[in-house]
Amino acid sequence: MKTLTVSVVTPDGPVLEDSFDMVSCKAENGELGILPGHIPMVAPLTISGVRLKRENDTERLAVNGGFLEVRPDKVTILAQSAEKPSEINVDRAQEAKTRAEKRLQSKQDDIDFQRAELALKRATNRLEISR
Amino acid sequence: MASLRDIKNRISSTTKMKQITKAMEMVSASKLNKAEQNVKSFVPYSEKMEEVVGSIANGNTDAQHPMLQKRDVKKTGYIVITSDRGLAGAYNSSVLRNVFRTINERHNSSNEYTVVAIGRIGYEFFKKRDMPIAKSIIGLADQPDFAEIKELASETVQMFTDEEIDELNIYYNHYVSAISQEVTSKKILPITDIEGKAGMSGSQYEYEPDQEQILKVLLPQYAESLIYGALLDGKASEHAARRTAMNSASDNAEDIIDDLSLSYNRARQAAITQEITEIIGGVAALE
Repeated sequence: MKTLTVSVVTPDGPVLEDSFDMVSCKAENGELGILPGHIPMVAPLTISGVRLKRENDTERLAVNGGFLEVRPDKVTILAQSAEKPSEINVDRAQEAKTRAEKRLQSKQDDIDFQRAELALKRATNRLEISR
Repeated sequence: MASLRDIKNRISSTTKMKQITKAMEMVSASKLNKAEQNVKSFVPYSEKMEEVVGSIANGNTDAQHPMLQKRDVKKTGYIVITSDRGLAGAYNSSVLRNVFRTINERHNSSNEYTVVAIGRIGYEFFKKRDMPIAKSIIGLADQPDFAEIKELASETVQMFTDEEIDELNIYYNHYVSAISQEVTSKKILPITDIEGKAGMSGSQYEYEPDQEQILKVLLPQYAESLIYGALLDGKASEHAARRTAMNSASDNAEDIIDDLSLSYNRARQAAITQEITEIIGGVAALE
């Protein structure tokens, strides 16, 4: 069976490079599933989990600020950060989540809501993947 | 002539200094190693980024984005990368001199430019001269993560998007080799000189949802990655410059110690000779 070479690259170095059967991820306008032989494509990803499927196991990655470049036999995910479940610092993510929630609830004018919201999304995403 | 004890003191203090510079040299050498690795591990990301941005920007001329367009320059931003600490030879002064000259040549008033200072030395330099500093970051780690610089980078890019500045340049020391670093200036925004890597034949992509949406996400990330890349490059140069500076400091200390030991021995000998002469003189007087 054909496989896809998946490489995940961040500014801090490559995170993962391996072959998988299928990649499924969440792009800006919906879920995407990519199988070998896909036409070349570029799509931005949301702050979400990426699932990489092999015959009988699935690897998951928490991705933030990335996009996806697809070629028939190769998928490259470029992200500002990408973490495997084992690399996620659960305590820190939990802390970041509470902090972001507090900030969103405080309803002061001088708070950058967009940033707090993004921080919350990142933290929730990390927590979800680490589970 | 200095007394024996004076010379001895100087020898011992120079020896201690040499120990310190030697240690700093070795620390910098190992940091340089790590920094080189960081630069290397960043390369795949930046290459890929350039490839994708290039193929989108070149593939279709109707893709429009404010970051790709030249505006009339009313205000220019300068990102200046320096170190937090000195003792790195000409590392900081060469960048700062270059920027200072450029700014003075190009601008008449301080309303026409603003500085984003990375590193304490640069920050203090511009502050002392009352030049406008829009943002600054001090105390970056020797091996910075992307996360540390991300906020500053995205805020700076945001300044361009908000039309606060119309051009963004970056000044840093480019790491050529362990003994040579070069002051480099790069224009980051607007993005004008992307050449698509021709190597990728037939890389006509589908865009999901469309090109403009992707450019909106991609271009800020691209600009941020350029800033981060420059920072890694600058850090590698910093460690290399410090290593070279400390190396020559150790060498100089060695030279001084040699000279001092020579005059120490000479003085010692002179003292002995004098003593002998005195004794002989004493004996001669008794006879």
